[in-house]
Amino acid sequence: MPVINVEDLTDLDKAKMEVTQLKIEVTLERAKVSKCCEEISEYIQSGADEDPLVKGIPEEKNPFKEKGGCVIC
Amino acid sequence: YQSRLIIKSIFIDISVIHLFVFLTLVHQVAEKIEALGQFVMKTRRTLKGHGNKVLCMDWCRDKRRIVSSSQDGKVIVWDAYTTNKEHAVTMPCTWVMACAYAPSGCAVACGGLDNKCSVYPLSLDKNENLAAKKKSVAMHTNYLSSCSFTNSDMQILTSSGDGTCALWDVESGQLLQSFHGHSADVLSLNLAPSETGNTFVSGGCDKKANVWDMRSGQNVQSFETHESDINCVKYYPSGDAFATGSDDATCRLYDLRADREVAIYSKESIIFGASSVDFSLSGRLLFAGYNDYTINVWDVLKGTRVAILFGHENRVSSVRVSPDGTAFCSGSWDSTLRVSVRFRFSGESDLRNILYSMVLLFTGIRDYRW
Repeated sequence: MPVINVEDLTDLDKAKMEVTQLKIEVTLERAKVSKCCEEISEYIQSGADEDPLVKGIPEEKNPFKEKGGCVIC
Repeated sequence: YQSRLIIKSIFIDISVIHLFVFLTLVHQVAEKIEALGQFVMKTRRTLKGHGNKVLCMDWCRDKRRIVSSSQDGKVIVWDAYTTNKEHAVTMPCTWVMACAYAPSGCAVACGGLDNKCSVYPLSLDKNENLAAKKKSVAMHTNYLSSCSFTNSDMQILTSSGDGTCALWDVESGQLLQSFHGHSADVLSLNLAPSETGNTFVSGGCDKKANVWDMRSGQNVQSFETHESDINCVKYYPSGDAFATGSDDATCRLYDLRADREVAIYSKESIIFGASSVDFSLSGRLLFAGYNDYTINVWDVLKGTRVAILFGHENRVSSVRVSPDGTAFCSGSWDSTLRVSVRFRFSGESDLRNILYSMVLLFTGIRDYRW
């Protein structure tokens, strides 16, 4: 069973937890934001053509097409 | 041709103008990319059968089955193509806030106010009593808010109102690793896509989103820019970023390598909390369910809203895109689940799409049927 329940921690404990965490994070290597955003952008663009919710798929191929009834064309 | 131009110019999304003020970095980089224009989303299946609020849902990897759980303790497995119920089980507790499908499709996990996560193997024999084979796996000291199988049926990751997340072995019920760092209830967790290694992200009532190393239990990164509880966290498809939905009515995108927030998805008119978010297959669209009963679809790059889906008659509690990206399912406190797709006219033309969208927006037609 996980050892702690947050409700039992005092504010002091919580603050100590936060400080230890921040000390760890200070040493992280960070990449440039402009570069990261470019990469996100490229990733999306390369995949967007195969994305059925972005491009849409024809009714015949759509597994969730309207059951029976009329077809609008 | 001229009328087409006029219609296109009338149809500028006002939020783009708003956002020039709030431009964040992803949107700056994406300036030259063509905007998506307005989408029309249509509900294609409505799954009715829960007697009470639907709190959680998950897709099976076979892209057609869905498991959902509700306030009255019922957990139902549906075939979304036919809307048939395949299995149903009643949990001994109410408020089943978490449910998940196993990667093999042979079991489901669920839990809530019982503080536990239980695994039910799914039998091919529809008459068999599922509850008989139930296995209790996780034990927390407060409610279970979220659960997820790792890449196999053998391990489950859980998050709880006791402020911790934990990794369990399904067979023995043993605690393999526990994750401490949140200073309030943890509401949601999401595993990184398998190619990117053993990490997961969690979000909670302390407004923080934490990224964890599953093997060491270490909190490797944390993000605190939301102004209220984070209700949902979801990894971006490449694993380099994740999105959050919060009670502060915004969704945000955080980049892991840059270690900061890189985009915010909000509008002045949206004042209710976002309860659930998910990405489309390529990551271009972010689907977010809100407490004002709507689902907003955001263009991840531009930061604009490309569609609103009405139809639910109460809060949307859970939104998930299907594994092959063809549809998304939304679960709501109105006790239904809806599977929706992008509506396209066959032999579609740009002009017709725009005209129809305009008609819908200006007349405020909610549940349009052709």
